Amino acid sequence: MDIRLEAIGHSYKEFEVLRDITLNIPTGKIVCIVGPSGCGKSTLLRLIGGLERPGAGQILQVGAPPENCLNPLTYVFQDFALLPWRSVRGNISLVLEDHRIRGAEAKRIIDDVLARTKLSDFADALPKQLSGGMKQRVAIARALAVNPAVMLMDEPLSALDSQTRELLMDDLVSLWVRQPFTAVYVTHNLHEAVRLGHSIVVLSRRPGRIREIVEIDTPLEARQMGDPDLDLKQQYLWQLMRDEARAADAELLNV
Amino acid sequence: MSDATLTTTPPAADTPPTRTIAFRGGGFAPRSQRWVGVAVFVVLILIAEWGTQTGWISALTLPKPSDVFKTFGELYNSGLLFKHLGPSLSRLAVGAALGASVGVSVGILIGLFSYARSGLVPLVAALFPIPKIALLPLFVIWFGIGEGSKYALIAFGTFTPTVVATYGAVDNVDRTLIRMGQSFGLSWWSIVRKIVLPGAMPGILSGLRISLAIAIILLVAAEMLGAEYGIGAYILQAGSLYDLERLFAGVVILSLLGVLVSTVIGMIERRLLGWRT
Repeated sequence: MDIRLEAIGHSYKEFEVLRDITLNIPTGKIVCIVGPSGCGKSTLLRLIGGLERPGAGQILQVGAPPENCLNPLTYVFQDFALLPWRSVRGNISLVLEDHRIRGAEAKRIIDDVLARTKLSDFADALPKQLSGGMKQRVAIARALAVNPAVMLMDEPLSALDSQTRELLMDDLVSLWVRQPFTAVYVTHNLHEAVRLGHSIVVLSRRPGRIREIVEIDTPLEARQMGDPDLDLKQQYLWQLMRDEARAADAELLNV
Repeated sequence: MSDATLTTTPPAADTPPTRTIAFRGGGFAPRSQRWVGVAVFVVLILIAEWGTQTGWISALTLPKPSDVFKTFGELYNSGLLFKHLGPSLSRLAVGAALGASVGVSVGILIGLFSYARSGLVPLVAALFPIPKIALLPLFVIWFGIGEGSKYALIAFGTFTPTVVATYGAVDNVDRTLIRMGQSFGLSWWSIVRKIVLPGAMPGILSGLRISLAIAIILLVAAEMLGAEYGIGAYILQAGSLYDLERLFAGVVILSLLGVLVSTVIGMIERRLLGWRT
């Protein structure tokens, strides 16, 4: 199932945040969206998942979601959004209960996603007992449990320290390698973008428009830290963004 | 590394003055010390006992704690204690359960629906400051001189603080959790039951502490009219006869009731809110 964005525009009252975004999100690829702060990248993600209505243009789903998909467009949030009163297992079963999946079938799904995210030993822990990285793993496991057609990831690693971030990037890569998924990955971190993105969409500052789409052909599993090609791409991205980021930074002062 | 340098450098005459850095990060973190609370009660009672024994406090001002204790003993031995406590507890239970459950429901409605909020918040604000005791004669007409008016008074008194606490608690539920529920396609009812209610539970329980204390206060008011037995009736009777020992014995029972209710809510909180950090 592909997602197609056609001439999307959006405003909050008199503030125009997005203008004329046309974009294709192909099946099995990770599309990263980068841009200076306040450029509307998180808004774009909320529009794609139907949490907000676009002011202009339309968002299309091309093709049908896979057979046993419970929730085609599934988010992974920056602040994890785990229910603190439910255990790891309970947090995952939350999203299955409404689909009348209970008992043995639920247990099978939960055990499977916990194994894939290396969480099997923590099934009965409460979120308060987990580190930030573990919490985000739980959120990823929860997203996998509904077998999404497209994962919408809103700065999923931004609340974590840099070491945990590296570890989780490795985990995401190995998850993707084992079973390619489609994802829109919003981040302000260019290192994450060149590590995980098949294509990287650079947005300008507000109102966000597409400045450029950078493709990276190196397969995900072959991308290593210190790879000169990737470093070049990252530098190139930074050059694209630098002036925008500076202007965006100065802009906040006179809001 | 620092050890090595310390031992190898001989203490020279020109060593700069050395001292430990003073600790200044203490305080501002109160913890509960189990026996201090009991000690405060014991000391206050001992002072009262000593004052009344020596005549420093006159018998008109304060009864002797030992006499109050004796009265309490008589009350217990004669079996009258439970004759008074029984009706009071049932009034408290029925009234508070009624008021709190309606209060929580209305509070959730206000927390979730724009029309309920716009319509009911001013109404609750108008009802809150009414001294419920003033309405007792009216309640007697509406609900009868029997148990009805007593239930109604206590229920009405617990209702308003519960509503205010509940809708505040619903407002404070983390919106990102609700967005998460919507993004996973959870039904409206599932979101309310599995996200909003548990998320509002801390606020609801702390509101319940206040409303149940108010229920105990109103118990005395409720037993002003048409009650032969009941702790409130007992206190009012003692008050009109200026029987300080019995008055205080009754007041102590109400205090103990308050402590009991607060302990029970504390236990519920520990059970239900263990997830809090």
